Order: sequence, then C-alpha cells, then structure tokens
Amino acid sequence: MSALDPRTIRRDFPLFEREVNGKPIVYLDSASSSQKPRAVFEAMDDVYRRYYANVHRGVYEIAAESTNAFEAARAKVARFVNANRTEEIVFVRNATEAINLVAYTWARKNLVAGDVILLSHMEHHANVVPWLMLAEERGVELRWIPMTPDFRLDLTDLDELLAGARLLAVTAMSNVLGTINDIRPLADAAHAHDALILVDACQFAPHVATDVQAWDADFVAFSAHKMCGPTGIGGLWARYELLDEMPPFLGGGEMIRDVRLDGFTTNDVPWKFEAGTPAFVEAIGWGAAIDYLNELGMGAVRDHEMQLTRYALDALRARFPESLSIYGPNDVSIRGGAVSFLFDGIHAHDISQVLDEDAVCARAGHHCAKPLMRRLGVPATTRASFYVYNDEADVDALVEALAKAEKFFGI
Amino acid sequence: MAGLEDLYREIILDHYRSPRNRGELEVPPAHKVEGFNPLCGDEVVLYIDVDPETETVRDIKIAGQGCSISQASTSMMSSAVKGKSLAEVHQLTRAFKALMSIHESKLEGEGDGSDLEAELAGVRLGDLEALQGVVKFPVRIKCATLAWNTLQQGLDEAEHAPSP
Repeated sequence: MSALDPRTIRRDFPLFEREVNGKPIVYLDSASSSQKPRAVFEAMDDVYRRYYANVHRGVYEIAAESTNAFEAARAKVARFVNANRTEEIVFVRNATEAINLVAYTWARKNLVAGDVILLSHMEHHANVVPWLMLAEERGVELRWIPMTPDFRLDLTDLDELLAGARLLAVTAMSNVLGTINDIRPLADAAHAHDALILVDACQFAPHVATDVQAWDADFVAFSAHKMCGPTGIGGLWARYELLDEMPPFLGGGEMIRDVRLDGFTTNDVPWKFEAGTPAFVEAIGWGAAIDYLNELGMGAVRDHEMQLTRYALDALRARFPESLSIYGPNDVSIRGGAVSFLFDGIHAHDISQVLDEDAVCARAGHHCAKPLMRRLGVPATTRASFYVYNDEADVDALVEALAKAEKFFGI
Repeated sequence: MAGLEDLYREIILDHYRSPRNRGELEVPPAHKVEGFNPLCGDEVVLYIDVDPETETVRDIKIAGQGCSISQASTSMMSSAVKGKSLAEVHQLTRAFKALMSIHESKLEGEGDGSDLEAELAGVRLGDLEALQGVVKFPVRIKCATLAWNTLQQGLDEAEHAPSP
C-alpha cells in the first residue's frame, strides 16, 4: 500500500477541477512539466499582494521581507538536494540554463582544443547542444557512453572513454527511458581520471531524494517546474570552491561588488552568477513547492511512483502483448515513472491525438532527445509519465484510450 | 469539438497505409530534398525530377517517416504534382496552403475566406481536400504542410542548381 493518497493530493491541485471534452483531465505529462499545488501560487500571490519589492536593493521593510523570503527559498533548495552550503545554490531559469552556465563559465575558462567531454546516448538536448556548441567553438572532443540493449548505460569501456576527459556530463534519470543512472560510481570513475562530473538531475530531483554530497558530484542542474514549482526558475548546485573560481556568467546588476569606468569586481558566490533582478517570486514559489514535497516525503513519492510504474508496465504489456513496444527498463527499482512506448504501424502523434479525445494528456515526439531516438531507431514515441497526483485509474484510462486508438487505426 | 473522423478521413488513412510513389530516383538528374517537423520528428524526403525543356515534374518519389497526416499528405502531394507543369504545381501549392491556413487568416482578421475562394478558383484539389479537416486541429497543420513546403524548397533549389 502506497503511503500517498493521490485522490487526496489531487484536491491540492486546482487544475484537476477542470474538464476537457466533458471528461476529467488525466494528466500523464509530468516529465515535461508538473502541475502545481495551490500552496505554490498562494505563496507567489502573497508576495505580490503583501510584500513585493525588489530583492537585495532596498532598506525598507517590504524589501527586507522579500529578500529574506528569496534567500529562505535558496536555503530550502539547498536542503532539498543536501548541499553543504546554501551559497552553493545558484538560481537560474531552468536546468538548461544551469548547464549552459557551466559551459560558458567553467568550461570556457578551463577547456582547450583536444580536451574531452564525455556524454551519454541518453542525454536530453539541454545536455548535448551546449557541448556541441563548445566543440564547434573550441575544438573540444565529445565522446559518448553507449547504451545496452536493456536501456542502461554501457560502462564496459568507461575507463577508455574517460582517458583525457575533463568533464563527464550525464543524466541521473532519462526523460525518455526512465532509466536511473547510478551516479556515485560514475563520479568516482570521473574523479579517478581527474575529470569533473556534471549531473542533469532535471528528471531525477522531482521524484527521488537527491543528495549531491552522496553522489560526490561537482555540478548538478535542476528545474522547479517539474517538481510542482513555477516556470522560469531552476537551480545550479556546484561545489563552493568551483563556483568561487568560475568567472561570472551574465554581466549586470547584482553580480558586482564594484563597478568603475575601467572595470568591475564580482559579488560573492552565488550572487556573482545572478545578474539582473532574479525571478524571486518564482523562487519563493519553488520554496513552497519544496515544502509541499517534503510534507509528502520524498521516500513516499518514490515508493508511490515505483508502484504505479510497475502497474503501468504490467497493464500495457498485458493488454497489448503483440503490438506495443516499451522503451525503458522493466525493473522499476532502476527507473522512474516516464514510460515511452510505440505501437507497430501507428505514429506516436496519431496516438496522442486519439488520447486527447479522452482528455488523456501524454507527450508525443522526440522528447528533446534526438540522438537517443536515432539510437532506438524510432522517429518518435508516446510517453506517459507519472507524479504524486496520478493513480491506477489514470493508467486504466490510458490503456482504454490506447485500445481505442489501436481499433481506430485498424492494426 | 471536431471528431477524429474529421481529421482521419478514410482516404488519408489509405494514403498512410499504402503511400503512392514511394522510392528513390537517381541524383542527378533528380534533386533530393529533406524536410523536418521539429515538433514531432516528422521527416519527408523527396526526389524530384523536373524536365527543364517542358518545365514539368517528370517524376517524383517520396521517402521518410512520421505521423499519418504528414505521410499521407506527402503521398497525396506526390500524386497531385506528378506530370504537372511547374506553373500548375505552383498554383496547387498556393491552393493547398490556402486550404490549410483558412483558420489563421480568420484569426488575424486578414480575410473571411474570400481569399481562399480566389486561391482555389480553377484548381482541382481532388483527394487533397480530404486534408481540410486538419485545420480544426491547428497543432497538426504543420504535419500537413510539411510535404508542400519541402516540395517548394526542392523546386527552388533545383532551379538555382548549376545545370549538369
């Protein structure tokens, strides 16, 4: 029995009061972005109504209140990922910006032509394109960890791949396959080769208790909007010494200590990386989302998703034993709740269109992971993904809608 | 709300299941062009053989992969333009796009459908009209127009390519 009760949880999410096509919404796209509990927009509403003033600027009362709330949110994020220090959290727009920040500051300062960055075949474009751009600009060499037939990283040649590497950048959980990668051994291997490790935890952090220190990671990127928080805010965690030595990212207000006509000095970590008025209302909303998740308990969140994913994998295989292929591990202890699948002869987009008739919201496409789709040899998949508000009834609705699609397209 | 039958007309599903003109042509003399729909990963590959003397699409072959709308539209397009003069192809392209964008022009207040009538005057769309239902599903319009945009790109490229 799961410790979470999705039916009670759903009452905290006003969007589920809505219907589409006269049917309650079956939201199976949380891997793309999660829905938000009332507590999040109440916290944001509260800022705008009661104490909205720019942060780190004014000495008046409401400016102090907004600054305190903003920095309290940073502390909540820091505790949520078990950072050693609150200052190790840099607020950014999202995980994409976090990775770009590392590419533009640490990497451009430290890497030269011929240096190696090791990535994997299951990365999201956010952890591919910034490095392709760097490779084009600097002549850095990119290498790729391949994938096993059962959708896991193939670490057979890891030591050879890491030879000469300065950075290993890898996802903790694939947004397409659901695969959870065991980060600690990867970090140990990278460090043994004097390389750093960047972890894309955008999919992982919303679903599994995250401990950047236990990972022994160097950089970790994540977004608020996939973990019940608002859009436009995310985090980069990095070891303090690294942040301290990194050059600034964007230039502007807040990131400086002093500006003269002939130069500037930078602010302390982490504000050195936060030029301009930050999305502090969103950061405060993210803090409320973290409070909400902590209230549920990340252990319970993970247990619930393992159970529901097991149920979904079994239900899909039982109902469509011949026609449906699932792309991802079958063992739920090494995977998250993103389930990608494909019907023989029906394109993922057409499946999603039929699902939409029954208000079943599932993503179709390449999921911003085209290298992986090429590796799988498919143009696109349909992906159903779960979160705290989903239950078995949602999976049943998905299965019924898929049966309808199969019948409609006559396979 | 528009039903699935509006979108997936039988003729569309027929073209999807049994695409016409599937294959390749030798390049050159044919010109190869690829089109992508980044939203859903639809991919259209066209081999276009234009007779420079008569300015006619002598032959066309299609390849690629994607959703039923994109692939059926490609198949229907290939049947519609094969053997046609470039002028006729141009006219067909305009007519088809008008058929697809009827919604947009209304939204933007640029027209009330009379533009469409003007574009369609004297053009026989035939099977292509089955794709009209797509406009009720705005997200899918790009799937339907991909083949035609790719064709246009291919003809432009072929025109400006150095003669062999």
